[in-house]
Amino acid sequence: MSVLGSLSQLLEIVVALLLAPLLVGWVNQWRAWLQNKSAPGLLQPYRVLHKLFNKESVVAQHASPLFRSAPYIVFSCMLLASAIIPTLSTDLPLAPAADAIALVGLFALARVFMSLAAMDVGTAFGTMGARREMLIGFLAEPALLMVLFSASLIPKSTSLATIVETLAHRDLAIYPSLAFAGVAFTMISLAENARVPVDNPATHLELTMIHEALILEYSGRHLALLEWAASLKLFAYSCLGLALFLPWGVAEAHAPLTLVLALPVLVLKLATGGIVLAFMETANAKMRIFRVPEFLGTAFLLAVIGVLVYILLGV
Amino acid sequence: MAGLLDPGRWLPLDWVLAVAASWLLVGVLGLFALRRLGWVAKVLFPAGGAIALGLFAVAGATMFSAPQHAVLPLGLPGLPFHFRLDPLAGFFLMVIGAASAGVSAFAAGYFRKGEGTPPGLLCFEYHLFLASMTLVVVADDAYAFMVMWETMALSSFFLVIANHRIAEIRQAGYLYLLIAHVGAIGILLAFGVLQANTGDYTFANMRAQQLAPFWGSVAFLLALFGFGAKAGIVPLHVWLPEAHPAAPSPVSALMSGVMLKTAIYGLLRVTFDLLHVQLWWWGVLLLALGLATAVFGIVFAAVQVDMKRLLAYSSIENIGLVFAGIGLAVLFSAYGMKPMSALALTAALYHVASHAFFKSLLFVGTGSVLHATGQRSLGKLGGLIRYMPWVAWLTLVGTLASAGLPPLGGFVSEWLLLQSFLFTPGLPSSFLNMLIPVVAALIALVAALSGYTMVKFFGVIFLGQPREEHLVGAHRAGGWERGGMLWLALGCVALGLLPVQFIQLIDNVTRQLVGFGLGRTAAGSGWLLVPVDIERASYGPVVFLVGLAASFALAFLLVRRLYHGRLRRAAPWDCGYPWQTARMQDTAEGFGQPIRQIFEPFFRMQRELPSPFDREPRYRVVVGDHFWHWIYQPVADLVERLSRWIGRLQQGRIAVYLLYSFLTLVGVLLVVRR
Repeated sequence: MSVLGSLSQLLEIVVALLLAPLLVGWVNQWRAWLQNKSAPGLLQPYRVLHKLFNKESVVAQHASPLFRSAPYIVFSCMLLASAIIPTLSTDLPLAPAADAIALVGLFALARVFMSLAAMDVGTAFGTMGARREMLIGFLAEPALLMVLFSASLIPKSTSLATIVETLAHRDLAIYPSLAFAGVAFTMISLAENARVPVDNPATHLELTMIHEALILEYSGRHLALLEWAASLKLFAYSCLGLALFLPWGVAEAHAPLTLVLALPVLVLKLATGGIVLAFMETANAKMRIFRVPEFLGTAFLLAVIGVLVYILLGV
Repeated sequence: MAGLLDPGRWLPLDWVLAVAASWLLVGVLGLFALRRLGWVAKVLFPAGGAIALGLFAVAGATMFSAPQHAVLPLGLPGLPFHFRLDPLAGFFLMVIGAASAGVSAFAAGYFRKGEGTPPGLLCFEYHLFLASMTLVVVADDAYAFMVMWETMALSSFFLVIANHRIAEIRQAGYLYLLIAHVGAIGILLAFGVLQANTGDYTFANMRAQQLAPFWGSVAFLLALFGFGAKAGIVPLHVWLPEAHPAAPSPVSALMSGVMLKTAIYGLLRVTFDLLHVQLWWWGVLLLALGLATAVFGIVFAAVQVDMKRLLAYSSIENIGLVFAGIGLAVLFSAYGMKPMSALALTAALYHVASHAFFKSLLFVGTGSVLHATGQRSLGKLGGLIRYMPWVAWLTLVGTLASAGLPPLGGFVSEWLLLQSFLFTPGLPSSFLNMLIPVVAALIALVAALSGYTMVKFFGVIFLGQPREEHLVGAHRAGGWERGGMLWLALGCVALGLLPVQFIQLIDNVTRQLVGFGLGRTAAGSGWLLVPVDIERASYGPVVFLVGLAASFALAFLLVRRLYHGRLRRAAPWDCGYPWQTARMQDTAEGFGQPIRQIFEPFFRMQRELPSPFDREPRYRVVVGDHFWHWIYQPVADLVERLSRWIGRLQQGRIAVYLLYSFLTLVGVLLVVRR
């Protein structure tokens, strides 16, 4: 564990914590502009977090300790996820502790605790949200694994750092297997981050909500942690996508100076990605919940095709 | 056996036999105290648990030593019992010992008066069951193996029908007995083929035979049928969801957590030890069967409304995953790729161990719930985390392990299994190479669905509001029950956090079976689990857990320090709807509804939907199994028709029977000539 490695690890965690709400603010701003609305300020998510942390937490009378600890668990999972994904550098001391499969397990752990906490109070919306969240989860999780597999076949490794290093040093070309995987990954990220067309982050229309139904009973600091965790998740997914499909600019162990350059490159990539996300959310409408299996089934098949293409054609 | 009278010189095998004997002794003592519950529960079951711990320790100590033999002059004259203790047997003995220690402790607090079979008899059957499982694993000839196998089947049959006054339980027991015996025929025939007409049924002789590929395949298929019936491989799984809910919970825990593993043991023994050459299509067959079983099991588990049936289907799923791992190991082994084969086999064995812990834990957890509430149906439970917190939190550990979530035991085996799938490209057959990613995708789907099922299981039972009023009076589990569950939960955690150390043990087994072990690579990297090479993949559960715990603690402290920790209790918000009741929560049916819709062709569903004008609307859905109607029902009908036809012979008049005897005699005289 080198000093520089520890430094980049620490930098990555801090950057994730600070940039994640900003990314959400950026996407919200662009979406508002695209929909001809006057946009909230870029820093609005920070103000919301600050306000929520200051408020007292109102908890249902019969809520169990599980309900109160779940926000912390979900937040820790997302923080660990963003620490593992090579966003700025591939020289991360924590990275060997969890590879791509463990990363999927980490997201699953957060999802399970989220759903259990939603079922804990025992309201109609909570259990409905939990069911839908797990439905999306079990459809998206295998698809995400297949995307990661198709990326990991190239360097023959599931270690995220190795994958990113190998992919960054290939010739600039369109690789069919990665193209399939990229499309699949985009679809999965939309579903996993509760975005249109699967869920709508702006809705509070009771019957259509998924993520909002899960956190309906939360308030105060618990809600703040969950909101922060949600933005960390969006950040982590975006960084994962960028690391897999646009890996250029990530610093490596043998070239420490690139770390200085890595942050602006990341911000640039994220800003572009945020605009694309806002466009996608504006151009699409939310689909019925039972169309979601088809949507995610397509993603799953695309990812499997990506793997097959690599195995059969070797590209 | 020279030092039999001097325990200081006993070999581990002697100790294992002593364990079996002392279990038998405990059982017999139970017979003498047939109705004295206090004595049976507070002395005999804890003693059985202590013996189980001893077995665990002895078996663990033998993992690194050379095989030992013993011959006991029991049984028929000239046909003694042979026993042998090698790493493969040692591994399964460890699983038996560790899991049954927890279950026995739980059972000490579980059994009550007036539940069918008297406690003393139950104690006898229970310990006979344990002893026979131990001896199955160390048996070294077909005769001893079959005797112990049948003892195991019979003792567990009587345990299943402990509550024999209920007709459904008797039916479930009958189905179990039937399929167990159909399977036993397959095993017997497999041994018959393996001894290759030498007439010597010791395993040592079978190892010495060189079978032609055809006869090897016949033996393998017969063994697969026989052990598959015991393990619950599709389509021989139908007894599992019937027998497991029928049995008392500690018995379901033993059957699901431990007994199914003896079938895995048998399959490994025949495939890798008694047969020398594995053919590639055996692996493909095992893989296909295992995956079909896994997908089938988990899809059915997700729609169950009875908590023990749900767990039984989940056991089918887990056994399917183990079979898939073994299939992959056979496939690699057939192509001479030893390291990969060892990886797949390690994954399968690891799953055997972790399933033994978490499934026993979940089953005994349902036992506590059943005793506290008298309910097995998920639709009538809910909110129990507030009335029985110990059971709830310990069950949560099992739930997370079963859902395959890091950093618990279930995840390690799934991780290893996916790793071994991922590094398959390199098989000589391109068709197989193409198939493998699809298979990996299915494994991922099964893992994700098991998360869904486990959230349903835990959420509906323990979370939310009580769906029935009397649940508020649910009593906490006793000390023995908690202790047993705690042991099993610690097992799940230890398997999750110390994979490197456990793989050191499994290393000996894979060395014995496929000639390669992961021990050395795994040991080289300290706390990180590295199956092949650190560049390829690594997983460090301890770092993982420490990372999570550290950020949890840091977030908690910082929020308190920078802001505040104020909290107010109020009525649930639920979008401001004030008239909500416990009946507005999702039921188990509701939670399974997406699965019923997406996987509709899997089920044979009967639905009764109310019309909008019904005064008393009723909704009913019965989810049936296609296999039952495709295979079992026709066979049962045929047997019934045949027996009715043959039944016409029975006239009830003595003259007719004398006529039959006379005709038979004439017939025999015609055929038999001097």
